[in-house]
Parts: sequence; structure tokens; C-alpha cells
Amino acid sequence: MPVMDKLKNLSGTAAIVGVAESDKIGRTPDKGPLELHAEAGRNALADAGIDKSEVDGVFTAGYSTYDVAEYMGITPHFTDSTTVGGSSFVIHIAHAIAAIQAGYCEVALITHGQTGRSDRARAGGNPGLPTAQYETPYGIIGPPVAYSLAANRYMHQYGEDRTREAMANIAVSTRKWANMNEKAFFYDTPMTFDEYHDSRWISWPFHLPDCCLVTDAGAAIVITSAERAKSTKQGGVSILGAAEGHDHSLLHQMPDLTRTWGRHSGPQALEMAGLTHDDLDLAMVYDSFTYTVLATLESLGFCGPGEGPDFVADQRTAPGGDFPLNTNGGGLSYTHPGMYGIFTVVEAVRQLRGETGQRQLDECKLAMAHGTGGLLASTGTVILGRD
Amino acid sequence: MADGYNKPIPIPQPESDNYWEGAKAGELRLRKCDDCNQAYFYPRNICPDCGNNNTSWIVASGNAKIHTFAIVHRAPHPGFVEDIPYVPAIVELEEGPRMATQIVNVEADPSKISIDMAVKVVFESITDEISLPKFEPA
Repeated sequence: MPVMDKLKNLSGTAAIVGVAESDKIGRTPDKGPLELHAEAGRNALADAGIDKSEVDGVFTAGYSTYDVAEYMGITPHFTDSTTVGGSSFVIHIAHAIAAIQAGYCEVALITHGQTGRSDRARAGGNPGLPTAQYETPYGIIGPPVAYSLAANRYMHQYGEDRTREAMANIAVSTRKWANMNEKAFFYDTPMTFDEYHDSRWISWPFHLPDCCLVTDAGAAIVITSAERAKSTKQGGVSILGAAEGHDHSLLHQMPDLTRTWGRHSGPQALEMAGLTHDDLDLAMVYDSFTYTVLATLESLGFCGPGEGPDFVADQRTAPGGDFPLNTNGGGLSYTHPGMYGIFTVVEAVRQLRGETGQRQLDECKLAMAHGTGGLLASTGTVILGRD
Repeated sequence: MADGYNKPIPIPQPESDNYWEGAKAGELRLRKCDDCNQAYFYPRNICPDCGNNNTSWIVASGNAKIHTFAIVHRAPHPGFVEDIPYVPAIVELEEGPRMATQIVNVEADPSKISIDMAVKVVFESITDEISLPKFEPA
């Protein structure tokens, strides 16, 4: 089990000093995924005011760090290609803290890039993996089918009508945030509750707006020691807590379809930071689907099992509500290239720095960014703070 | 092979040859740990609970109840375009383990299917080697 005394000693010892997206996100048919990694990496280093030659730790998922580092002309002394779905890049933050504190590297660069919208070929499955025998032959292929199976179990346990209303609340509130973010895919496209309820089915119980976007996008994060962060261009956003884990791979192996590993990573990250839920000014929670948010808020402990529909009721998570959630417009309405987790961190850092324009929160000193990966399988939680 | 079958087809692996031979013969075969005295899914030589190799095969009754289901309206793969709407599901077998499957011989309508509904296994032959265990209302 994690040793909390040691983790508490790591709290605040490293900081995020640069964040960025690729030059353009949304539709980039003229760019390859590695190019998006490299653009985002270059932009995040520029944000930090750190030269590429100083990067000695490289972290990525989907691609190997081989390919990203070679493309960018980086020769790292520490390398980590941990790939556990869309949470990977949040999980890399914990690994970067550990590597920096152990002395393996001083400047960690985490990159992401995917062309989910413009991909010219889909990768085939590996027949040696259990999913190829036990899930895909039944048409349990891709996240919408899998997550809709989990959502229906939730509806059964906690009530269909109130679950439906909660999913609508999340879809509509997230869209309102996107309407305040010029980079969001749906910046110019509002959505009413009627439009949500009238939209077509993708995989019942999911309407189309229950499902995230499929876009092209890249993002990157630069991390260094708290000491060194003081002399960077923007100063540092302190990493106060970080935790990770997973409890299955195939959906049907998930112990409880209504509870993610956030039930461990959320409390662990908060305890490491010495904080409670009520201390947070912002929650950035991976929203691959509306249901993901519902199950995640409960798992993280913001409310109890089955209480999510009350927690998000009456547009409480929308602009002006008392629980700001996914202020960039989320995977649902801002961008979702496939593995979205890194973007939760980018937005949290920008809110903490006060850089988010019309959607800027009045008070934002402590934020949680939380990624979920695979089929509700892995999670990574970080707690970030700025004085 | 059934004409025009263009969905993903399982390729039996060393730990699952017996499972797929069973399905072709009309049996749903499960692994059981003789130390834990518990059946588990999917077939693995090593018990996922205790980690021992003292495991054997049993034939499941084929009786189950629906743990959850969905109704797919947008095919996630070209092979399923002609099947929509179809009903993927997770069922809980009488012996305890859960497995992923499809519910067949039922109208793909959420008012006609319910969680906890009793179902029983049927085998759909898709190639000379492979039959897929699916479930229908009991």
C-alpha cells in the first residue's frame, strides 16, 4: 500500500511550469500525431521559458517515448511510456515527481498528440489479448458501447429518470463552459435540454451528446522541482498530491460498474496534499461520457454512491454554479482526441494562473485534475495549488 | 463460415482452446479453482484469486441473469452495421462469474429487456471452429 508519510514529504516538491496545446486543435488533417506531440511540447517549453536542451525526462502514452524524443531531438536520461488509456498523462505527473525527487531528471516533459478525427487507418486488435476473444466478437467495441453498459447498471441501481436528468445536466452545463472557450469544438454551438433529449441514440442509454467528441489535438506539460520553478517564466503551479491505479482491463471484469479507481486515487491524492474536497475551487474530471462524470464524482468522494444526480442538479456545475466543473468545455464539448486526460491538467493550471479570460473563476487557488483511462479502468488524480 | 460473416472472430489461444472446443460442442466450459472452490471467467490456467495452478474445467449450466445491457444504434465496426440495433450485455452466470455476451431472440427495446432477467445460453455457429455463446430469455 502507498506509504502516506513518504508521499506527504513529496507534496509540493515539484511544480508544473509550462502547459500548452498544439498550435491548432479540433481538425488538423494536414498534421500527424507526432507532429502534434512536438508542437505541444515546444509550446509548453516556451510557456515555461525552458530550452529543449534542458529536458532530461520524457513521458508519453500511445506512442513510445522513443518516437516522441527522436522526433523532437531530445535524448532523455529518464523515459516513461506508461500507457493506461486517457489517464496516462495525469499518472505521468506522479512518476515525474518521483523521478525528479530521486534525482533521475530535473526537467520532465509530458507530451500527447492524437489525430482521432483525421486518422487514415485504424489499428487492428491483438488476437492474443483477452478482449479479442471475450468482448469484441459481441460488438462490445470502443468506449460508447462499453460505457453505456456501465451506465445502464447505474440506472438500474439508482433510478433511470434521475440518472437521465443528471446526464442531461452534465451535457448542458459542460456545453455552456465550451461556449466560453474559443478553442472549444462547440464554442459557437449552444445546446438546450430539449436538444439533448431529442438527439439520436448512439448506444442506449447514451444519446449523442452523452458521448465525447472525436478530434485532433496535442498537449504537453513541463514539470521541474519547486526550487527551480521559482526562476521559470511563469513560476510554478505546485503539485500537492498525485495518485493512480487500476482494477481491471476488460469491462466485464470491472468489480462494480458504478465505481472507478477514483475511489482510491481521489482520497489518496487529497490526503497527500493535506486537503479535503471542500478546499477545492475547481474540479477537472475526465468526461469521456456524461456517465463518466457521474460515476467519477461519486468515486472521488464529492458525494456518496447514487448521490451524483442530486449533486449535479439544477446546473450546479455550469458557469455561475457553486461547483465549477470542466471549465474548458471538457471532452464532451471542447476537445477529445482519444486520450484526453492531459487536457484536464492544462485547464487546471490555466485557471490557477488566472489565464482563462471570460471563463476565469473568481477564486481559484486549489484544483483537482482527474483522468480516467480504458474502459473505466485506470485513474490518475492530481491536486494542484497556487498561492 | 456463415456467408459474409465480417465481425471479429475469436482466435483460440493456448489457455482457451478447450473453451472454444466446448462452445462448438454446445457446452459453456468454465475454469474453476480447486483450492478456492470457485469458478471464474475468462479462462486462465492460473487462478486470479489465489494464483495457484490447481485449476480444472467445469461445464456451466448455461443459466444466467442479465447484469447489464445496452442497445447499440451506431455500429462500432463495419461487421455490425446490419445488426443494429443489437443488445450487448454482461450476464452473471449461475456459477458466479460474469461474462460479456449478446442477448438474442428478443426485441432490441429497453422496455422488453430488464436487468436481472433470467437468460440461458445459446450457441451461434460462425465458423467451422467457432461458436459464440450468446444468451436468450429463459
